[in-house]
Amino acid sequence: MGKRDRLSGNEAVAIAMRQINPDVMPAFPITPSTEIPQYFSSFVANGQVDTEFIPVESEHSAMSAAIGAEAAGARTLTATSSCGMALMWEELYVAASNRLPIALALVNRALSGPININCDHSDSMGARDAGWIQIYAENNQEAYDNFIQAYPIAENAKVRLPIMICQDGFITSHAVENIELLEDKEVQAFVGDYTPEHYLLNQKETMAVGPYAVSNYYMEAKKQHAQAMTNAKQIVLEVAKKFAEISGREYGLFEEYRLEDAEYAMVIIGSAAGTAKDAVDALREKGVKAGLLKIRLFRPFPAEEIAQALSHAKVVAIMDRAESLSSQGGPLGSEVMAALYRARSQVLAVNYIYGLGGRDVRVDQVAEVFGQLEKDAAAGKIADAYRYLGLRE
Amino acid sequence: MKDMVEIRWHGRGGQGAKTAALLLADVAFQTGKYVQGFPEYGPERMGAPITAYNRIGSEKIRVHSNIYEPDFVVVVDESLLETVHVTQGLKKEGAIVVNTALPKEELQKHLQGYEGKLYTIDAKKVSLEALGKYFPNTPMLAAIVKVSGVMEEEIFLQEMESSFRHKFASKPEVIEGNMKALKMALQEVR
Repeated sequence: MGKRDRLSGNEAVAIAMRQINPDVMPAFPITPSTEIPQYFSSFVANGQVDTEFIPVESEHSAMSAAIGAEAAGARTLTATSSCGMALMWEELYVAASNRLPIALALVNRALSGPININCDHSDSMGARDAGWIQIYAENNQEAYDNFIQAYPIAENAKVRLPIMICQDGFITSHAVENIELLEDKEVQAFVGDYTPEHYLLNQKETMAVGPYAVSNYYMEAKKQHAQAMTNAKQIVLEVAKKFAEISGREYGLFEEYRLEDAEYAMVIIGSAAGTAKDAVDALREKGVKAGLLKIRLFRPFPAEEIAQALSHAKVVAIMDRAESLSSQGGPLGSEVMAALYRARSQVLAVNYIYGLGGRDVRVDQVAEVFGQLEKDAAAGKIADAYRYLGLRE
Repeated sequence: MKDMVEIRWHGRGGQGAKTAALLLADVAFQTGKYVQGFPEYGPERMGAPITAYNRIGSEKIRVHSNIYEPDFVVVVDESLLETVHVTQGLKKEGAIVVNTALPKEELQKHLQGYEGKLYTIDAKKVSLEALGKYFPNTPMLAAIVKVSGVMEEEIFLQEMESSFRHKFASKPEVIEGNMKALKMALQEVR
């Protein structure tokens, strides 16, 4: 059974990586993800893993090296944050379109500018169309559990896509909290060996990776990529089911918290979901039917399931820790509202921007949002569907 | 979460307030508690004011915000009293512990009308005597354990010793000094 411990989110992910013992890790440090390659390189130095650790000179090179290694047939991972991932931009698309199941530990941090080292989701949300699977965590336990599930999802023959395992910079990456770890052997058995079907170092099969695609082929490649992303949803569920068998911890596409009979619902991603659960409990004690839907899987986006889970609510607040600067709200807002429209849902919806650049979010602020939802429901309409929470005036 | 204790640390970059908060989380975990220990990060540099936090309770802790209404406040550097509102939101049933050589009456003037209990400890004296160097965080850790009562002093000392043995495995000579600093601090806080 599991071992009880107390670890920061970064330490937890580094331990998951040690237990997986990947073939290659190219990495370049950037706050707040620096500790991950730092811990991991000590595992390499101490001989606890036999991973080839490649200290590169930039994130552009980190992802380039990851692409080369993974294409060669090696199980590869890296870690980054914010501007580090922005510098990987071109390679993110190359990795995904070449269908290379690289795992990336992303510690979410605001993109410049103004320059800021604290948490928001602008880095991964900006990369949402790069063709990577994206999974988010509320706390250190989920970051660890999600990382262990990363390769069984990404390497599945129906998927073969890179995967981004996200956690909130500093809020979970640097907070020491209780955690339950699996035994090394359990993790190794769960993740298994990597046996790619096609790889560059296979002498029996010559192949090219990343060749030019003329207009006659490009669109078909994209359609296949899109199909793989669609397939990933079912695989995420299958892997979660197997993970529950070894860990006792259950995961889905998202988590529903007191949502079943909720009249006032909130959709949220990441560490603020924990804070919001405390607010939901406090409101429930006062008789307010508040509930929460915490996104775990953002890419692919489980639109039908989310619309179904929200169908009984009167009004829903969709919480974005990233700005789209579209004049319409944030990325999660767009996705959830599109999902509701497609489902012909009558639920009123409003989009809040919160927590940018590490702006703290408190239980009482989440409760205020629910208070506003009650007013919106009473009014029967949303006059302003694009709001800011916790903005100083 | 009725029995959850919330602690806020005020220090300056380089004094080890963050390390102390993480150590407190560590040692409270060893007694079977649910814990959080986390720093508030900004553009940190040596000497700049920093804040760190602890939550300790018997149930799983889900909240991920900073602490605005702490039960206890630890001030690792008394010069912060002039620039940081250290008693902001501090519960009056709680207490504040300040690292200072000044008498309490002198200090009270700087607490912006705080009505709760005030404890002081001369962590510099303790540290210099026990360690020969000025590391205020070790004595302040013992002080807050005593003041907050989050665990038995005996258990605290046992767990800290085993933690130091692990942490300083390559330089066992510093274990004795650190243990002495903790024991002295438990006596010196008043």
